[in-house]
Amino acid sequence: MGLWSTLSGKTKPKQANLDALFSLPAAAVTLQTAAGFTATGVGSVCYRAAEGAAFAQTQADVVELLDHDDDPDVERSTDSFGFTWLLARQSPDDLSALVTDLHTVNTSLEAQGFGPSLLCSLVGFTDPAGRRLGLVYLYKQGTFYPFAPQGPQQRDNLLEIQIRDLVKDDLPVESDLTRWMPVWGAPGL
Amino acid sequence: MASTRFINDRGLTARMTLVMFLLGALFVALVVGLMFAADGYGYGGLVPIIGIAGLGIAWFQWYNSDKVALKAMRARVVTPEEAPELHGMVDRLCALADMPKPTLAIAYTDMPNAFATGRSPSHSAMCVTTGIMDKLTVEELEGVIAHELSHVAHRDVLVMTVAASAGITAGMLTRGAQYGAMFGGGGRRDSRDNNGPPFWIIALVLSLVVYAVSFFLTRLLSRYRELCADRSGAFLTGKPGALASALTKISGEVASIPSKDLREVQSMNAFFITPAISGMTFKTLTSTHPSLEQRLEQLAKVSAELGKPMDGGFAAPGR
Repeated sequence: MGLWSTLSGKTKPKQANLDALFSLPAAAVTLQTAAGFTATGVGSVCYRAAEGAAFAQTQADVVELLDHDDDPDVERSTDSFGFTWLLARQSPDDLSALVTDLHTVNTSLEAQGFGPSLLCSLVGFTDPAGRRLGLVYLYKQGTFYPFAPQGPQQRDNLLEIQIRDLVKDDLPVESDLTRWMPVWGAPGL
Repeated sequence: MASTRFINDRGLTARMTLVMFLLGALFVALVVGLMFAADGYGYGGLVPIIGIAGLGIAWFQWYNSDKVALKAMRARVVTPEEAPELHGMVDRLCALADMPKPTLAIAYTDMPNAFATGRSPSHSAMCVTTGIMDKLTVEELEGVIAHELSHVAHRDVLVMTVAASAGITAGMLTRGAQYGAMFGGGGRRDSRDNNGPPFWIIALVLSLVVYAVSFFLTRLLSRYRELCADRSGAFLTGKPGALASALTKISGEVASIPSKDLREVQSMNAFFITPAISGMTFKTLTSTHPSLEQRLEQLAKVSAELGKPMDGGFAAPGR
């Protein structure tokens, strides 16, 4: 942050970094071969809905665009922190279609100037033992981290570290562990 | 290229830059003026030391601001286990704003308020009172927290400390000049047999003037910084309305709290979201915060900016 933005009290909202999202399918292959985790075909985007007509209109456009095909419709929900989650479903084998869906949401929001409202994206995985895993993409950092919930408010840190080491060649992984924000009850897990 | 809705308030920036320039000029004027005055009495070497000492005290205040402020409010640092909702809220806002998470603390008082302090974004602390958590809805509290996070991101503690350094030095000089008067300052004249008033009188008058001017300027700057934090906070959450309703709620209630509590927190006023004391005299000149009307008006502007479509508008439905 520069001297001028400090003096003028104007830190620009950080724009989202969308590019790294498309490296997910490669990581999914690694996850399946090395750890037995397969994609559930469910993914979600979390963003902060702004007040006013512009955001409502943008959101309606995105939902209409995503619903205008053969796959299941998107589901919208609001969590207890006031953030909105858009949940998209695709066939578990077709991860790139899911990522494309997620990317549609991002680009539509960004085109209307709501890029800074994007918080994270999540793609769900599961293994034969029934363990759940989410790869969470942080838009502002442009990095991924694993999130493995275990019970209502506990996470399986050991599994998360394992997954991080597995996928770190395929994905940009968040190196700062304090940014591994828990997303309890996120749709898509 | 990603488009942005962030508005540039050029008027505010220009006014703020002017005030900061004036404060800098004031500090220079104080030191230079004293040097000229002191030269005639042979104290010339003393003045730069006073200036450096003043800056040193300002630096110390800034460096320890987080610990001192939390202690002054008797706030307790809370872990994610103790306050999961508060931590979750701040976690998300920090991820949204891409900034390090401050230390979180809770002060057990009914006065609805919140403040942020610390020497840099990575050494910052944010405190909310139990009163504000009781009185606001989740969305309103989030607006308040976003406002405080903006203070951290703008490094307002640093800016205000630097801005106050002229005042701090002048205040120090006033004390020094009083001692000079007590311990026989008048008798010690220079060998050149100067007929002017003794040096301590000049120093006293000069520092009092600088202190008074600096007082009004720092208050003015503080009000501008509040407006900046309001705007950035509203853009962060995308809900200027929630912050507006939070401000309306707290401003009404802060004044109706017994005065014993209010005196206790007086020294913290500049960092609060709404000041606990509303002075009746010189109210507009001396308050650390802008008036509620001013803040609501700006939030309404942000709201309008968020609500309108970008260039080119929306695609016509059905195409």
